[in-house]
Amino acid sequence: MYILVVGGGRVGYYLTKELLEAGHEVVILEKNDHRARQIADEVGSIVLNRDGCEGRHLAEAGANRASIVAAVTGDDEDNLVVCQMAKHHFDVPRTIARVNNPKNEPLFRHLGVDEIISPTRMALAAIEQDIPVHELLHLAQLKGGELELLEAQIGEDSPAVGRRPADINLPEGCSLFVLIRGTSVQPLRNETVFEAGDKVLAVSRAECEVALHRELIGDGEPVAAGGSAD
Amino acid sequence: MRIVIVGCGRVGAGLAERLAREGNDVTVIDISSEAFARLEPDFPGRAIRADGTDEDVLRRVGTDGADMFFALTEGDNRNVLAAQLANERFGVQRVVAKVNDPVRAEAYTALGLATICRTRLLVDALGRYAGLEHDPGAEGVSAATGQHSHPADPRVVAGSATESR
Repeated sequence: MYILVVGGGRVGYYLTKELLEAGHEVVILEKNDHRARQIADEVGSIVLNRDGCEGRHLAEAGANRASIVAAVTGDDEDNLVVCQMAKHHFDVPRTIARVNNPKNEPLFRHLGVDEIISPTRMALAAIEQDIPVHELLHLAQLKGGELELLEAQIGEDSPAVGRRPADINLPEGCSLFVLIRGTSVQPLRNETVFEAGDKVLAVSRAECEVALHRELIGDGEPVAAGGSAD
Repeated sequence: MRIVIVGCGRVGAGLAERLAREGNDVTVIDISSEAFARLEPDFPGRAIRADGTDEDVLRRVGTDGADMFFALTEGDNRNVLAAQLANERFGVQRVVAKVNDPVRAEAYTALGLATICRTRLLVDALGRYAGLEHDPGAEGVSAATGQHSHPADPRVVAGSATESR
């Protein structure tokens, strides 16, 4: 498979080495000549000292026969332009962009970037795994980021403790569906009563997360007896 | 009209001044506060130091609901990103990106973005001075010729920009 890598920073460099080891045909574009020479010393003549954002340089690198273009520079805007040029100018079947600002992800997807690699989101996910209490854990994005799969851990002072699913006041746009209690996994039933220590999985639109947090985690203040969160 | 300008270089500052003095509600943003020295001391618009390629920043400065958006930084790719954020995320209809690389400018015009290419305008103007024919493509802002990219069918626009194959 012919793969074009744009950006010869650490990500691009190690990516190229791994791809070569896996037997792929790779060309890497790096616009800084010092850096280009440096990586050429390691990986050989597959380094082009060119700016991959420019159409004629992508053409020179054979973008029109590439199966994949991976744009992994440190700048979101450069990666977007590389992918858009590759996709729409050279009909590259699959484009991959490194994206630092997670807020750019929906736009990039919408504009035709097939795959997004987000170091920020990966680090965030790893950190969130380590703070399991009193927070909503973001497990996955669904439908291109419109929906989130979340896990809520019901704490001692959660307003949900002692209540049934029907008593939880959630807006449309989010839904609870699985209860994890100890080692057992069960669907939410009408007669289920939430206990401290339960975990609940939810699918939610982004704008409903505040309500989900308030109902399942609490807003950090002591729960008023019998008080409704509304 | 409410107008947002990203990039307060000579072009951005000059345009911001003129539009604001005509009574428009103008916000100009730049990543460096020194850039605002190009504005007159009594500039009647808003000048905000921030990154114009950041969606949160654009929202904060009122891009949502703006009538016009100009991306005029020194970087073609930054302009392309800012302009597409304004257009796709905030629905601004009249968006212009300054793209000085002629190949990229043409590619983005075909992708549905109005662009202005300083290189092409200058080459045309100087060429005419030297007695060359006028380049019909160098008429100020190039209106979008294609549709904006739709991932479902990228080939709709793929055929319209072919010169660097």
